Amino acid sequence: MTPEHGFEHPDVIICPGGPLLLRGDHVVEDADGVAHETVRPVSAVCRCGKSADQPWCDGTHKVLAARDRP
Amino acid sequence: MLLPKARGELSEALFDTLRSESEVEGLDLRPTDGDDAHIALWAMYELHYAGFEDVDDEREWNPEVLRLRRRLERDFEAELRARHTATTLDEPFAEGLFAYIAHHDGPSLAAHVQRKADREQVLELLRHRSIYHLKESDPVAWSVPRLPTAPKAALMELQYDEFGGGDPNRLHAHLFALGLEASGLRADPFAYIDDVPVEILELNNAMSLFGLHRRLRAASLGHLAAFEATSSLPSRRMAQGLARLELPQEMIAYYEEHVEADAVHEQLAVRTICGALVAAEPHLVDDVVFGAFTCLDLEDRYAQRMLDEWVAA
Repeated sequence: MTPEHGFEHPDVIICPGGPLLLRGDHVVEDADGVAHETVRPVSAVCRCGKSADQPWCDGTHKVLAARDRP
Repeated sequence: MLLPKARGELSEALFDTLRSESEVEGLDLRPTDGDDAHIALWAMYELHYAGFEDVDDEREWNPEVLRLRRRLERDFEAELRARHTATTLDEPFAEGLFAYIAHHDGPSLAAHVQRKADREQVLELLRHRSIYHLKESDPVAWSVPRLPTAPKAALMELQYDEFGGGDPNRLHAHLFALGLEASGLRADPFAYIDDVPVEILELNNAMSLFGLHRRLRAASLGHLAAFEATSSLPSRRMAQGLARLELPQEMIAYYEEHVEADAVHEQLAVRTICGALVAAEPHLVDDVVFGAFTCLDLEDRYAQRMLDEWVAA
């Protein structure tokens, strides 16, 4: 059944305990001021600060203790 | 490509009759063993992908071939379901499915490659992985027309990235082919099919089974979720291991691409794809878990076999 006001399709999704998903083309500036262009339909931006692939998520949040996850 | 080598009485009878120009017949045999059953099933599935030069394309839909395929599929699905214990996921769904996957503990080939594997072991692993990676994401593409609106759009959002976002140079299966060539390996599809253990055939057959049956669409998406959610961190370890062994940059780049891509894909697969599917069709949640378990369990079986072989050598 189709929802009354259409399907939800946000541009930005905050994943509990995980990254921030960005739909579409964006330029993301990392903590050192370096600009990174998105290259895929959806990109995952690190929120835990521990990714080795900044500013993108590399799944590292999953090995952090619950209290250290965003 | 030509049909693979037979591995027993049934696959021998099947491949003989597929190659011949006379009526398809003589397929009422029992498989000799798992290898025999799974190479036969794998070849019958392959008729729906690229096919074989030595088999008439008409035989993709031959009723006798389909009858045998269905018999072997029933046995395989019953075996997969017998290995699985039904579980109720915690709420909310996405966190429950992530937790279910995270709590599954199994042997890690990526950890072995990162620290201990030698070059020969890694090349063997790449040859085995080539059977799937050269048609990466193809099996779940069968599921697209079987989905309601929201999960269909979500699956295509992920698949568009798998298939290179319209750029053939970025298509994941193509990146793996470049890695194989740079590593001195063959990059033609299933060049190494005769060398792979039955566990690799099972991994591939499970994805085709789930993809080709509308009834199993939820298992297909659950499998995808578990696959993506166990890819980013192991891909990092694979890339580090390949760099340690000085394998070519093209092969390392394939795994590095999967660190970043699958950190996105796991969120999409669990939240926007499986999440949207169970929101639309709540009764399918058990099959999502069954598909996820099957992915994890078959990977464990393959990893255990290879680690046992390499330790014994």
